[in-house]
Amino acid sequence: MSENSPIEAAPRRGMPIWVQLIVWAGLIILLVVLAFGLAKSQQASAAAGDSISTFNLTLFDGYAYQKQSSVALSDLKGKVVVVNFWASWCQPCEQEAPDLEAAWKAYEPGGQVVFLGVDYVDTEPEARAYLNKFGITYPTGPDLGTRISQLFRIKGVPETYFIDKNGKLVYSQIGPFVSEAQIHAILDPLVKE
Amino acid sequence: MIVRTRLKRFALVLLVVTAFTALGAGVAFAQQPTPSDNDVNRIARQMYCPVCENTPLDVCATQACAQWRALIREKLAAGWTDDQIKQYFVDQYGVRVLAAPPSQGWYSLIYIIPPLLLVAGLAVLYRALASMRKPLAAQAAAGRTVAPASDDDEYLQRVEDELKKNK
Repeated sequence: MSENSPIEAAPRRGMPIWVQLIVWAGLIILLVVLAFGLAKSQQASAAAGDSISTFNLTLFDGYAYQKQSSVALSDLKGKVVVVNFWASWCQPCEQEAPDLEAAWKAYEPGGQVVFLGVDYVDTEPEARAYLNKFGITYPTGPDLGTRISQLFRIKGVPETYFIDKNGKLVYSQIGPFVSEAQIHAILDPLVKE
Repeated sequence: MIVRTRLKRFALVLLVVTAFTALGAGVAFAQQPTPSDNDVNRIARQMYCPVCENTPLDVCATQACAQWRALIREKLAAGWTDDQIKQYFVDQYGVRVLAAPPSQGWYSLIYIIPPLLLVAGLAVLYRALASMRKPLAAQAAAGRTVAPASDDDEYLQRVEDELKKNK
């Protein structure tokens, strides 16, 4: 190539380093945020063996636990905890509600099992009507900010999670229970441990 | 006779028109409930129910969404403002119920990064186009063509010679 080639004569001009840094940093942040969101949305519900971080459930008036208006999972160490997600707009929840209440009545005197009803994405008047309709008496409250349902990564309602005396998730029931006996079959071995 | 018949027809038409006008005056449109559906939907379309992702609350057909809309109507009737109602839903169900996340904390990145990337992208494009045009402009200024013919090009000289030989 000759010395006078216009291509060689043209000075090489690159992007300033600060512009390149901004573009790359922005792209990387965007990709990380997207990847994080995708990974989170693809995560399955909490499964047996998972450790569940503590959460605080604010309870509806009239559904207090040991005269407290809220209950924390960390306060229930040494007890078997049954966390049931439900909603007043959920038809299958109605199917299992009487069985859950009957099971609670059976275990409540022993003091080794605590049932917690977590009302998912619901409106309070309808939720209260539901609780009255099925005579629910175990501690129940709204999932404020959907924080508890996000902790368990629930996919819908009803879903019920059984946490053993050591705070480990040991069983999850996706969908409604078909009978009270099914609940006993899961709980009895956990109580005996 | 003809005039009388025409008068009768005119009177009949007048009577019919008058009767319909009177009926029309008595018609009243059905009253919208207070607050109206439009009022409720004005807020509902700014929200998404977590149960039915990607479906705005104003068009979502599930029971959960119907309950939420009823709650919005209730709050409006109680005199709450749009912002107060939206804040109530955020407090109850989390910030993900909002169609447009708030411009606070980490959520502000949503409003900062895309425009920043757009500006940076435009800057890159501008620089790339400018650098592509500069060599051409330099050539034009020097009065050069893109492929200058060179008198001392050895290869061309040989081609010329061959052509002369074949003539």
